[in-house]
Amino acid sequence: MTQKVAITAQNVVKAFGQGAAAVRALDNVSVEIAAGEFFTLLGPSGCGKTTLLRLIAGFEMPTAGTILIDGADVTEKPPNHRPVNTVFQSYALFPHLTVAENIGFGLKMQGRPKAEVAATTAEMLELVKLEQMADRKTSQLSGGQQQRVALARALAPRPKVLLLDEPLSALDLKLRKEMQVELKRLQTETGITFVFVTHDQEEALTMSDRIAVMSAGKIQQIGAPRDIYTRPVNRFVASFIGETNFLPVDPSPHGARLSTGDVIAADGDGTVLIVRPEQLRLGPAGVGAGLAAKVTGVVYFGTDIHVNLMLADGTALTARVPSPVDGGADFATGQDVAVTFQPGAARLIRE
Amino acid sequence: MAERSFEVSRLPGFATIAIAVFVLLYLPIATLVVFSFNSGPSIAVWQGWSLHWYSDAWNNEAVKGATFRSLIIATAASAIATTVATMAALGTTRRAAFGGQTFIYVVINQPLMVPEIVTAVALLILFGVIKQATGYQGLAYLIIAHAAFCTPFAYLPIRARLEGMDLSLETAASDLYANPWQTFRHVTLPLLAPGIAAGAMLAFVISLDDVVITEFVKSGGQDTLPTYMLGQMRRAITPEVNAISTALLGLTIVLLTLFFILTRKKN
Repeated sequence: MTQKVAITAQNVVKAFGQGAAAVRALDNVSVEIAAGEFFTLLGPSGCGKTTLLRLIAGFEMPTAGTILIDGADVTEKPPNHRPVNTVFQSYALFPHLTVAENIGFGLKMQGRPKAEVAATTAEMLELVKLEQMADRKTSQLSGGQQQRVALARALAPRPKVLLLDEPLSALDLKLRKEMQVELKRLQTETGITFVFVTHDQEEALTMSDRIAVMSAGKIQQIGAPRDIYTRPVNRFVASFIGETNFLPVDPSPHGARLSTGDVIAADGDGTVLIVRPEQLRLGPAGVGAGLAAKVTGVVYFGTDIHVNLMLADGTALTARVPSPVDGGADFATGQDVAVTFQPGAARLIRE
Repeated sequence: MAERSFEVSRLPGFATIAIAVFVLLYLPIATLVVFSFNSGPSIAVWQGWSLHWYSDAWNNEAVKGATFRSLIIATAASAIATTVATMAALGTTRRAAFGGQTFIYVVINQPLMVPEIVTAVALLILFGVIKQATGYQGLAYLIIAHAAFCTPFAYLPIRARLEGMDLSLETAASDLYANPWQTFRHVTLPLLAPGIAAGAMLAFVISLDDVVITEFVKSGGQDTLPTYMLGQMRRAITPEVNAISTALLGLTIVLLTLFFILTRKKN
């Protein structure tokens, strides 16, 4: 990427607590986020993603390391001296102010002229489609509307970077889907760099330009959603993003040797073979190639079914195949089948 | 009629006990109020309706002076106490927990725990020394004494309000380019205002009501309304005292009602 860099974190460490009891919420994290990018920090709770966001916003100071925004070192600067704005998980709307006053707050604090504050506020109200609500108190709004006020308030001062801390987690599923589309639209329309924190892998995959998968205070992998899904670098990333079958293997000149003795062609490097459930094919036993397996259970999921399998050596696998009503074959517990891998589906990773 | 499920109000004797409790609580006050309208000079023998004890009290220079003094002291003391309490509440909630925090709470709330008579004697002695040294005899002693024992009463509702406040609001303000002073001015203070008002009202009522400390600290001719009434009790007692008490009761009810409205939880 040859674009301008919006945010640089260099060897950032954040420890909470003192001495031996100190917990490293961030352990030597370095990342570059390009200007105009929709960048997602993805990971389970406690992985450090929110801590990294709070360090970029300036709500916390790093124990070690440097943070640059738009090329300027802001490591020591308080939040009000950083050109970033935050959409909080709890929204944190000011309950004593109206919707319009909330949206205009940042501009007012910057000392912009009244006319400019009013004009930008009106523009933002239009952007998030809340023109009718300008004079309401925020407590009179629904969760989705509050969410949009929080967005408009953070976007109004035209920050270099917008930080979003799990902003959709309080919304119900339908609203969340709508807001995902809405967020993507806002990001495209404004061209502002978005740094989005979530634990929801689907949210991350559908919205992001790039994702940083985090675990235990470290970035495990950074890449485009497609790269992360198809080429995870380790077991954590493979298991956190989507469902994966893990098979212990020994290296072999032609790929990887399973403990059943079968050899499977696979890219990558390591001692664990991964294959996504939807990349397995099931055929009748004893016909042609394939691993011999026994069906141990079938779970119906509507559009498809999950077939739980066991190989001869006891390794458990799951295959996702089309539902029988849609023309797929049906399977019964105890049935013998032959499992084949889609070409290029199997990959070797390190532990 | 269908059998109803368990309900405490249907237990035998419930109504009797409830009524007895309310009678015990309010009969003395009701008697006081009723006899303030007595036309005769007795606080025990009813002789017909009249408002003349109110007009007597209203026209009594000593009562007027004491009322005026009470209001000055309560206003000044509650203003000082509320300011101190607000700063103390900010200092104990808006920073990282520090060693000795519990000790600070205890020190701030000390006047609630130390017997009033001890504080009264202590202030009498201290102020005696200062009076000797400076010759100043004014109301400032009473104002300072009242401010001291009113502070914890103002502190408690303000601190409760601060602790109930979502800290992310102040974080959000700083994120939106507010410097610490602007954050306080535009976010913390407006949200804290009901707590401050409630604390001020509570402090005002507590100051207005005080007898023990005032009695010890006041110089000659510095009677407040309660100490004036106490003085009257030692002489011939008339329904004038009832009339003054009733007026004080009315003022207190108004202030406490406001206090409850202000501290009422939203939603």
